[in-house]
Amino acid sequence: MCTICGCGTATDEHAGHDHHHHDHDHDHDHGHHDHGHGEGDAIDFGAGLAGVHLPGMSQQRIIRLERDILSKNDAFASANRARLKAAGVFALNLVSSPGSGKTSLLVRTISDLRSRYPIAVIEGDQQTSNDADRIRATGAPAVQINTGKGCHLDAHMVGHALDQLPLAPGGLLFIENVGNLVCPAAFDLGEAHKVVVLSVTEGEDKPLKYPDMFAKSDLMLLNKADLLPHLDFDMAACVGFARRVNPGIDILTISARTGEGLPAFYRWIEAHARDADQPAQASG
Amino acid sequence: MHEMSIAESLVELIEEQGRSQRFSRVKLIRVKLGALGHVEPEALRFCFDAVSHGTIAEGAALDLETVAGEGWCAGCGRTVPIAARYDICPLCGQGHVQMIAGDELRLAELEVE
Repeated sequence: MCTICGCGTATDEHAGHDHHHHDHDHDHDHGHHDHGHGEGDAIDFGAGLAGVHLPGMSQQRIIRLERDILSKNDAFASANRARLKAAGVFALNLVSSPGSGKTSLLVRTISDLRSRYPIAVIEGDQQTSNDADRIRATGAPAVQINTGKGCHLDAHMVGHALDQLPLAPGGLLFIENVGNLVCPAAFDLGEAHKVVVLSVTEGEDKPLKYPDMFAKSDLMLLNKADLLPHLDFDMAACVGFARRVNPGIDILTISARTGEGLPAFYRWIEAHARDADQPAQASG
Repeated sequence: MHEMSIAESLVELIEEQGRSQRFSRVKLIRVKLGALGHVEPEALRFCFDAVSHGTIAEGAALDLETVAGEGWCAGCGRTVPIAARYDICPLCGQGHVQMIAGDELRLAELEVE
């Protein structure tokens, strides 16, 4: 059950999932806002902006809100983060364009690390359960979320997926987002870190073309390094572009196929999972 | 197209406000959008029209106010205008500028009746 909305609609396939509306009927205390004071001390409920009396009709008024439009997603994300922290699970949100090798990276990572950590996976795709099937073949539990029309995972979907996964203390949770370098940047899922995977076949200027994603990630993995001898990929330029958008980003060169660079990725996970476990550590 | 879920979130926020502040029609919605953010104004308008249908926000005018990009330059210690997230300082020409405005996605106010 969802910790915020309390809805019991958890499904592993979110295709066409309606964002249910909750008709909470709590009474918000209204202060007596200005009801246009008329002449003398009379309170005139008809003297609104429209300046006309229409019995039974409310008057035009302006409500100042200054609310973040994604505040609801952010509330779900905070709940997920608190839940993961309480369970002692370190979560990474993997983002990239389609075909960068996220699933192959996960399959390899799971087989290398499963003796050291309990690992669970949430897979996001518009259609099919192909990726979750590949993950389950490694023996790790996986939930597939199909976003249907959606181009990204949101924190509400992830909260429901968490209901169906074993959250073991000291465990790792990998969330493989929908392959898309634009939209997932805006949606916090409650992860400890976003990790952006960029394959060297994609071109070195991606960090400049899609700056939001690289600005919000804490680690960039340059995947398919085994193909470098066949490409004109300018590694130094790519690193420079990524640092221009995000001076603090960590960068590792890997190959999910050959295993090159993966020990450094595993050390990064170990160090950051340890940091996240410190009580004083700010989550982010 | 994440503008669709952003438009859905916007309509949800407005419907919540409608219940708590007791209004049944929205005439104008004022939204602040950062110039360097990830939302395309025309796509948001298109999606808003689609998802507001049948809600209290249907037919409301959507006023999208662009908030210009601004950053703080550690080099010269000043607030400067920026045209991209990774701009260098237009005053001193060096140093990375920390973005402080231009990433907004905020429902500022509603005109209702």
